[in-house]
Amino acid sequence: MLVLERRGESSTAIAIASPLIAIALTLATIAVLFALLGKNPLQALAVYFLQPLTDSYSLQEIAVKATPLVLIAVGLSFCYLANVWNIGAEGQFLIGALAGGWLAVATQGTDAGPWVLPAMLVLGAVGGALYALIPAICKVRFGASEILVSLMLVYVADLLLDYLVRGPWRDPHGYNFPTTAEFDPVATLPLLVQGSRLHYGALIAVLVVIAATVVLGRTIRGFEIRLVGAASKAARFSGFDANKLVVTTFAISGALAGLAGVIEIAGPVGHLQPAFSPGYGFTAIIVAFLGRLHPVGILFAALFLALTVIGGEGAQITLKVPLDLTKVFQGLLLFYVLACDSLVLYRIRLVTPQRRTADGVA
Amino acid sequence: MKRMMIGGLLAALALGASTLVAPAQDKLKVGFIYLGPIGDFGWTYQHEVGRQGIVKHFGDKIETSYLENVNEGPDSERAIEQLARTGHKLIFTTSFGYMDPTVKVAKKYPDVYFEHNTGYKRDKNLATYSARFYEGRYIQGQIAAKMSKSGVLGYVGSFPIPEVISGINSTILGAQSINPNIKVKIIWVNTWFDPGKEADAAKALVDQGADVLMQHTDSPAAMQVAEARGKYAFGQDSDMYKFGQKAQLTAIVNNWAPYYVERVQEVLDKKWTSTDTWGGLNTKYLLMASYTNMLDDVKKMAEDTQAAISSGKLHPFKCPVVAQDGSTVECKGGTHLADEQILGMNFYVKGIDEKIPGK
Amino acid sequence: MGLLESIVLAVLAASTPLLLAACGELVAERAGVLNLGVEGMMIVGAACGFAGAYVTGSIVIGALAGIAAGAALAAVFALLTLGLAVNQVATGLALTILGVGISGLIGAGFVGERIAGAPHLYIPGLTDVPFLGRILFGQDPFVYLSLAIVVGIWWFLYRTRAGLELRAIGDNPASAHALGYPVLRKRALAVLFGGACAGLGGAYLPLAYTPFWISGMTAGRGWIALALVVFASWQPGRLVAGAYLFGAVTILQLHAQGAGVGIPSQFMSSLPYLATILVLVVISRTRGRAGAAAPASLGTVFVPDR
Repeated sequence: MLVLERRGESSTAIAIASPLIAIALTLATIAVLFALLGKNPLQALAVYFLQPLTDSYSLQEIAVKATPLVLIAVGLSFCYLANVWNIGAEGQFLIGALAGGWLAVATQGTDAGPWVLPAMLVLGAVGGALYALIPAICKVRFGASEILVSLMLVYVADLLLDYLVRGPWRDPHGYNFPTTAEFDPVATLPLLVQGSRLHYGALIAVLVVIAATVVLGRTIRGFEIRLVGAASKAARFSGFDANKLVVTTFAISGALAGLAGVIEIAGPVGHLQPAFSPGYGFTAIIVAFLGRLHPVGILFAALFLALTVIGGEGAQITLKVPLDLTKVFQGLLLFYVLACDSLVLYRIRLVTPQRRTADGVA
Repeated sequence: MKRMMIGGLLAALALGASTLVAPAQDKLKVGFIYLGPIGDFGWTYQHEVGRQGIVKHFGDKIETSYLENVNEGPDSERAIEQLARTGHKLIFTTSFGYMDPTVKVAKKYPDVYFEHNTGYKRDKNLATYSARFYEGRYIQGQIAAKMSKSGVLGYVGSFPIPEVISGINSTILGAQSINPNIKVKIIWVNTWFDPGKEADAAKALVDQGADVLMQHTDSPAAMQVAEARGKYAFGQDSDMYKFGQKAQLTAIVNNWAPYYVERVQEVLDKKWTSTDTWGGLNTKYLLMASYTNMLDDVKKMAEDTQAAISSGKLHPFKCPVVAQDGSTVECKGGTHLADEQILGMNFYVKGIDEKIPGK
Repeated sequence: MGLLESIVLAVLAASTPLLLAACGELVAERAGVLNLGVEGMMIVGAACGFAGAYVTGSIVIGALAGIAAGAALAAVFALLTLGLAVNQVATGLALTILGVGISGLIGAGFVGERIAGAPHLYIPGLTDVPFLGRILFGQDPFVYLSLAIVVGIWWFLYRTRAGLELRAIGDNPASAHALGYPVLRKRALAVLFGGACAGLGGAYLPLAYTPFWISGMTAGRGWIALALVVFASWQPGRLVAGAYLFGAVTILQLHAQGAGVGIPSQFMSSLPYLATILVLVVISRTRGRAGAAAPASLGTVFVPDR
């Protein structure tokens, strides 16, 4: 039978080949799926993967879509490396948007200076961090599961956004529809490329990736985080405080998610409205793992995921393929990538089944 | 046999290859942006029915595409722009939340025509359209008042936006014209559809004494609860008779196909202009499902009211309209409230005891 | 029917899908596997359950179809996380995406159709007893089944050798493996059971709760079920309490609105979530370092040494 066996050392060859194998497997599956549906598989592949890469508009849109994913996923990687399970990044994202958005709404129409945008960004990060501290403190002080608390808080944040945008923050000239007025220019992120939606948030995301790589790879704190996740007992013996790490990683993760939130509303969205997030906080979890919890890997994983989303839209338009099929394809693609990734750490071998020893239970 | 197979294989390959390099078509390409899945049997479903209507009507002259489950945030701007970039010349965005993204994309593509549903911002190439759902609500209110024995109506509300508020008000005004002491209980489920939650809300309303249910949510859950509990209910967006054969009195059915056909024809005739269309019962953008489960005199009353509203003789918001706080609402439309007042309605009329959430 | 009686009935029904899905996930997590794909398994269960019942006219076939669908999806999860040692968190999330997509494809042909919902129990004499009669003897079969499953799980985990093995595997798979327990096989069975229960819980919605199919009708209940397992500290008894508590707060906030309580509806809607956090914090405090209640190896990968 086939068994998994841990490799002595990770194989670099496989590390490079694995994403390629995954893509090849996905292409093969798509070919079969689409052929069964009577669509041209080659055309399908072209629409999904190649078309978005062929013109500058799509490339810019990939960057726009990937920006919040990168920010949130990098933050999550800090948590996950330390085996701290922050599932509530979506809530922290929303609260960050609310915190920054509050300032935008408060200074609306007043002739506020250019300090507004940087202040919004800071507020967003702080807001997200504070919101993330709730599950952190619940875990550290009360032993309550951070998975549960952070997840429940996502729903709370969503309802809070809904309440504020329908009530106190509603645009007075908006026919009472639930949206704030458009943000003033001082509260909006400037564009990197005129005529597109590519904004400075993308630059911030890249800077965060660089900073995170340095912190995780070259600082004591970064080392602590990685050690606690890999070998918590050893870490404790070395004197690292696990509780402090829980709080720190949650704060970092919340801050980055909150920053992503305020960047989204100060950039592509331009105002606050209910349900403006297509679930970035949850997609970012996938991105974090696809990127193997490494900031640079996350950058590529986010870009790749954004590519499939935009390719999926193209498929709906040109191939008339229902969205559900795109979801199936995305799910399968993720499975293949994850499966092939495991080949980096393990190899598959054929062994003959061994007889069990006497004191074992068959 | 083998030769046939090879021939067939070659032909298939050739066909496949040819679609990769297909020349640009001269057909008019029409695009749709949907908020939910087409399988929601509610709001999006009816838009999809409308799209299928123009496909049937125009056949080979047009090609249509749609994107479903498009989130109202930044994704929607990209989705709309994707349609514009891929040669679609007429694009319908079917939810209020797409308003600003549609405005932005319309500015970038002056040669493309955009139609935004239930919004209020227009441009040279951006029109708005909606249906006067409150007209149907008035009729429902009258029927409800006649059919209710407890004098308490139950309303499953989604979100307290003006469209829903004006629907509630219109219902009550209609009901009050039959029974001035009618009461209503409103539960906000804070979602457009979650069938389980809608069912829970419907059960709670019935438990608290309501015996006629109305809804502004999308699924047939409330109708089913009414059927199971022996109460009455009104369908929403679609005819829900199948789910409430003893319960459904009527339904407001969204019927977008006539509008879509009209607009596509205008683009084909090169006569399209930016308009603001708010079609009532007279335009057939909304239809009332057959009046069922009621006595003939109630049915006659409903049909008479429908005719009166269609012909303009009766307006649900005819002045004076008295607000919840007792004040008379300023009458900006002559003999009835003006369209902007209805579009932005954020007050309850007198006779509703509860407060609007968030105020 | 009195108001209290109808509230209790509504709570029982609302809590049942949560309880069913959470039961399965509890078993999987006790074996050390964290499957975040509950929402995906529930919704394929819903789609296949409705399809099965609609096509054959039998609720039982529908339920079986839902179970099979959930288990099939879980099998994919097991193949990846147990067979290929892939990270469980990421795989579970991918499973949710896949499940939602598949359910949409399967359900597309059934939109707008309805079936007769599952029948309710009726025992002449007993069911007619005021108040308790309908609550105890007037439920649909899923409610009774969910409670039976909870009892069954409790008995299995704490009163059978196989259950003891499972818990040992969840706490320390390496030691369990050294003792000769078939770690991967038992985990796989636990995962399949989890999928079957999630599928059944999902199927409950279109088979009994609101007898029609609509895209996305589980509306996030799978995530709530996940949270409930944690809330219950992985103990079956607490799971029942948690599910009914969540259901109760959900139903009560709707009743409060109907009764004219003037608190913003968004706040009312958030009460179930806040209540869950609050109760968890209180429970964890009184139990001390209750984080230790989690199966120690939850979420980690195990590859048997040879």
